[in-house]
Amino acid sequence: MGKADIIKAVKANKPNELPLPSLDFPSSNGQSLPSLFEERLLAGGGEFFFAKSRVEAETYIQSRIKAGEYKYIAGALKSLNTFDLASIQDPHELELLNLSVFEGELGVAENGAIWLSEDRLIHRAAPFITQHLILLIREDQLVDKMHAAYAALRYHDYGHGVFIAGPSKTADIEQSLVVGAHGPKSLLVVMLPTEA
Amino acid sequence: MSHPHKAQEFIANENRVNWHDKSLWHVREKRDKAVNLFPEWEQLREKASQIKSHTLSRLDEYLEEFEKNAIANGVKVHWASDAIEHNDIVLSIFREHGVQRIVKSKSMLTEECHLNPFLEKHGIEVIDSDLGERIVQLAKEPPSHIVMPAIHKKRMEIDELFQKHLHTPPSHGDENILTAAAREHLRQKFMKADAALTGVNFGIAETGDFVVCTNEGNADMGVHLAPVQISSMGIEKLIPRYEDLGVFTRLLARSATGQHITTYTSQFRKPRAGTEMHLILVDNGRTVQLGREKYRRSLHCIRCGACMNTCPVYRRSGGHSYQSVIPGPIGSILSPGRDMKKYSSLPFASSLCGSCSDVCPVKINIHEQLYFWRQDITQATNEEPAKKISMKMTGWLFTKPKWFRKAGKFGRKALAKLPRWMVYNSMNVWGKHRELPEPPKESFQEWYQKNRKNNG
Ligand code: SF4
Repeated sequence: MGKADIIKAVKANKPNELPLPSLDFPSSNGQSLPSLFEERLLAGGGEFFFAKSRVEAETYIQSRIKAGEYKYIAGALKSLNTFDLASIQDPHELELLNLSVFEGELGVAENGAIWLSEDRLIHRAAPFITQHLILLIREDQLVDKMHAAYAALRYHDYGHGVFIAGPSKTADIEQSLVVGAHGPKSLLVVMLPTEA
Repeated sequence: MSHPHKAQEFIANENRVNWHDKSLWHVREKRDKAVNLFPEWEQLREKASQIKSHTLSRLDEYLEEFEKNAIANGVKVHWASDAIEHNDIVLSIFREHGVQRIVKSKSMLTEECHLNPFLEKHGIEVIDSDLGERIVQLAKEPPSHIVMPAIHKKRMEIDELFQKHLHTPPSHGDENILTAAAREHLRQKFMKADAALTGVNFGIAETGDFVVCTNEGNADMGVHLAPVQISSMGIEKLIPRYEDLGVFTRLLARSATGQHITTYTSQFRKPRAGTEMHLILVDNGRTVQLGREKYRRSLHCIRCGACMNTCPVYRRSGGHSYQSVIPGPIGSILSPGRDMKKYSSLPFASSLCGSCSDVCPVKINIHEQLYFWRQDITQATNEEPAKKISMKMTGWLFTKPKWFRKAGKFGRKALAKLPRWMVYNSMNVWGKHRELPEPPKESFQEWYQKNRKNNG
C-alpha cells in the first residue's frame, strides 16, 4: 500500500543508472531581445507597446481606457487605482476586477512570456480573474530563452509563480481561436527602457 | 470491440473523417512551423530524452527527494498505488472538508483513475473546467484527444449541447458566443467550488515545485479561489533539477499546438495562506511499465499529443475508436501494458510509418514499440489459441478506395496529408514498394503473411 510499495517496485524495476546530461544551450545572438519578445507576444495574442518613460507608459495606458469603462482597476499604477488588492481577504472578491496592472519580474524573448510571483500579485488569483491585464516590463529584465529564465529564478523564493504569455484563450470549438476563455480577455505588455 | 470495428463506425461519415483529418493536420503544420524556427530542436529532444531516462533510472531517490522538499514547503503529499487508492484519498480529503462541489482542470491521470464517476457516486458535483473537457462532459463522452478533448465535435453539435444544458440561444455554432457562454457558466462554478483539482505536467525533485500548463487559465482559476487544492501526478512526471524545466517548457507547447509556450505556466511551491495544497503521487501500473525494458521509454511521455496529430490512422479513425484513456500511437503502447487482451488490436492500428517517433519531443521510439507489441501479442495468441486475439489491422483504411484515388489525383497536396507509403501504394497497398521505416527487420508484408497463417 502506498509509498513503501511504490518505492519497492521502482527499486526492483528501474534500469541501471543512466547519465544526467548537462544543459549548455548557446545564448541567442542576432535579433534584438525586445523585437523578438514583441514578435512572439503578438503571436500569442498579446498586444505590445514600447514606452520611452514611465510617464509615457502611464499616459498611453490612460489613453487606452475610455472614461468610465472600467470601474475596478488594481495594481501597480497608483494614478489608475480604484481597488486596493491588499485590503481584500477573500480572493473571490476579486471577481469585480475590470483591469489589473502588474510589474513583471522577468520576460522571455523566445516566447513572449512574463514571470510574476505571488509577492507582486498579492493574490494568486488576480491575474486570472481580472477581465483585462496589463504587464509592465523593463528591457533589461528580458532574457533570451527559458534556460536563462530558470537560471535566474533558481534561487528565487516563491509560493506560487507563473509565466503569462498572452490573454486567456481556447480553440476547443473546431480549432477556432477565441480569446478570453476564463481569464483576461486581453493582455497588453508595456515595455520600458532600462533606466525607467 | 476492436479498433477496426470502432473505426468503421467513425469512417462511416466520410465528411467528418476528412474534416477531422484536416483539423489535426493543421495542428501538425503549426507544430512544424514553430519547431523549424530554431536550430536547437533536435538537441533539445535529445536532452529531454536523456533527462527522462536518467530520472527513471533513479526514480526512487528522486521521489523521496521530491516528497521531502514538498513537505518542507507545506504541501501534503500522498501516495497511491492504484486508481482505487487515488480516488479514496481524494474522497477522504473532501469528506474532511465537507466538500460538495469541485472544479477540475485537465488531467489525463484522473481520467485514467475514473475519478469523476467515483466522486459523483459519492454525491460530489464535478465540473470539468477546460472548455473541451466541459463539452465532452456535457455530451457524456470521454475525451477523444489528450490536448484537444473535443476535437471530434462539430460546432453545431456543441451549439446543441449548450442549448440543452446551459440554455443558450441558438448561435449557429458561433465559437465566440459559445465560448462566452461557457465563460459565464464556468465562472459561477469557480466562484462556488469548495475544492479544485488539477493534473501535473512536471514535478521538480530538487525544489518540490510542480508545474501546471494551460492556455485557458482554468487550473489557476480553480485553485487560487478554492480553499482546498488537490493535484494528482503520475510518478513519471518527475524531473530532477529546476533547470530541466527550461528544456521541457520549450518542447511542450511547440509540440502540442505550435505555440512557443502555453499561455500559463503555473508553478506551485507552497500553499496559499490559510488553505491546503495536496499532492497525490500515483503509480497505477507505471512501476510495472518501468520493469519492461522494451516499453520503458513510453514513460518519457509528456502528453503533448503530437503523435496523435501526425498519425494517419488516428486522424482517420478518431480518438474514440481506441477505447483507451490515451488514444493514438502512445495510447497504443501504454494500453496493452495495462490489459493486453482488451487492447490487443491497438498496436495494429498503425501504419508503422514512424511519423509519431519523428515528432515525439522526448524521443520515444513509438513505432518500434508498436512493433514489439505486435510480436508479443502474436506470441501470446499462439500460446493461447483458444483465446484468439483479434488480428485485424488497419485494413479498414483501405476499404475506401476513393481516398486513395483522391490521394493520387491531388498529387502534391495529398502528400502533405498522407505519409509517403500511403501515397505510393495507393493502388497496391501492401505491395513490394512500401517504404518501411527501419528497425522492423522483416517487412510488414512478410510479417503479416506469416502471422496470419499462424493465426488463421
Ligand atoms: S508519446 Fe511523445 S508525441 Fe506522443 S504524446 Fe507523448 S510526448 Fe507527445
